[in-house]
Amino acid sequence: MNFFQILSDIEKVDPEVYERLDSRRAIFKHMSGLGQKMTAAALPLAVGAIFNKAYGQTAASLGVNDVLNFALRLEYLESHFYQQRTTLTGISQQNRDALSLIATDEANHVNFLRTTITALGGTPIADPTAAAFDFTGGKGNNAGAFANYRTNAATYLALAQSFEDTGVRAYKGAAPLTNVMANKTVLTAALNIHSVEARHASHLRAMRRAGAASTTPSQGVPATPYTAAPKSWISGNDGGGAAAPTTAPIYGAGNDTGAATYGASGANGTTAGVTFLTETNVSQGGITLSATTSAAFASIPAAALTAALTEAFDEGLDVKTVATIANLFVVTGNNLFSVYL
Amino acid sequence: MSDKLKTGGDEAEFAKPLYVPIKRRSFFMYAGATAGATALLLSGCDDDDSGSGSGDPSLVNVGSGDTGVLNYAYALEQLEAAFYTQVRTGSYYTSLAPANAERQILDDLYYHEVIHREFFKTALAGSAIKALVPVFPANTFSSRATVLATAKAFEDLGVAAYNGAGQYITSPGYLYLAGKIVSVEARHAAIIRDLLGENTFVGNDVITLTSASTSSVATNNAPANSSLERALSPTEVVAIANTFLAEGSKLDVSNIR
Repeated sequence: MNFFQILSDIEKVDPEVYERLDSRRAIFKHMSGLGQKMTAAALPLAVGAIFNKAYGQTAASLGVNDVLNFALRLEYLESHFYQQRTTLTGISQQNRDALSLIATDEANHVNFLRTTITALGGTPIADPTAAAFDFTGGKGNNAGAFANYRTNAATYLALAQSFEDTGVRAYKGAAPLTNVMANKTVLTAALNIHSVEARHASHLRAMRRAGAASTTPSQGVPATPYTAAPKSWISGNDGGGAAAPTTAPIYGAGNDTGAATYGASGANGTTAGVTFLTETNVSQGGITLSATTSAAFASIPAAALTAALTEAFDEGLDVKTVATIANLFVVTGNNLFSVYL
Repeated sequence: MSDKLKTGGDEAEFAKPLYVPIKRRSFFMYAGATAGATALLLSGCDDDDSGSGSGDPSLVNVGSGDTGVLNYAYALEQLEAAFYTQVRTGSYYTSLAPANAERQILDDLYYHEVIHREFFKTALAGSAIKALVPVFPANTFSSRATVLATAKAFEDLGVAAYNGAGQYITSPGYLYLAGKIVSVEARHAAIIRDLLGENTFVGNDVITLTSASTSSVATNNAPANSSLERALSPTEVVAIANTFLAEGSKLDVSNIR
């Protein structure tokens, strides 16, 4: 098989083939890196992976720009949400500052994703603007379950935690997608956003634990012991989250239907070997963790072990489940997330 | 099975300048503290790798491929778990009342890291590297400032390490697994940083705010004002991690690529 001849032939009918790949340089780097270890028999598979990168936006699997645009939609949701923080009452200056830090990060993520999609030859979605969202959960009537979120700090923080925990699960679920793994720059960027969302989630949980008015949310307050919900990590199914039952799906199971496709944007986003379980899951990598897994677990109090086993691993979610959750906060008639359903 | 007897050729010469100064410094710093712990942990020397590594027989070669990345993670989890194990017997922790929030947070971090360590040990089974011998500077465990500062260093390093190693994993299942752990490490890092100073859960030292990433690996890099975690390559991570590991436990990650 003459790989370079194939590329050349494709170029005759599709002059932009190189632009569809991440870059000319990247593909040759890719090839030289693989070449050392690759046998002739293995080559077609590797070539397939490379062309998947170029033409991957099909019903069979989400293309890399499709995944990035999905992430961009989530970042727009978060970014517009944090713009609404200015009218809150009953919140300490310390916590206002924290929300500003998070707002900056989310705005930065929006800009970074837009730049990345453009650099990859894709088209970033247009800013849906604040008009696309109803963070009360009312689908446009501004009278949903979170109707007082603009002024009530507790409601606002409950939403913030929910969005961040959803974001963590979304990036985690998207990272193993074939076309994300095939592009190391995009994969690493996704991982580098993923952990920042987790930092946000951790801090917002501390804020909720101590109360919005606290000036030392991480230290807790004597009247509010650390064991008060929520912990800084997800324990079990988190009791249905910050506002059960609305937020329960954020900590529940995802959709593992694999080959099923949804809407115009491609597949559900599942990958072989990756299953989307609830946050109560204690089975990791084929090992069901329990007191008998290791003698070392004897150092963990029996009463705390099961919770700790769920806390030690965050679970991911598929595109469709994330879209379903996010769609609760989009006005009726706007297809920002419903396109994935 | 071990490749330690093979000569590393050019790579060995290349790696030497990186490791020698660390070894020398850590030897003088930690020689006293190491002696007691060494006897306990010399069993299980079954590290197994398919590449030549640096060829330095005093280093623990984590191996190559997905097994290499998982062993690299296992090594870091060993270090973190060892740290929190010693935290819980140290005078700072024991001075805290059982109901103290900070003590309960340190308990949870200990539980999580022990679970991560034992998970990798079980999953890797016969391919696992040996139990490593950590060394921590004297008085690490006697004051709040040193306990939390060291915890912060380990948690931030762990996040940067997982993020920087994801690109070397070939199996989606293993990448997903690494993702499940790294976000928990990030949650840890955030609360520990906040305990040292409220609202430091993010900052330019760990995410790209006012300056771009400076990792030597291009795929890790992000521009300023992008708020991406500063991922580090395995080589960059072990340059730091090895300062907390005894002679004979220092890591060779040169086959992860």
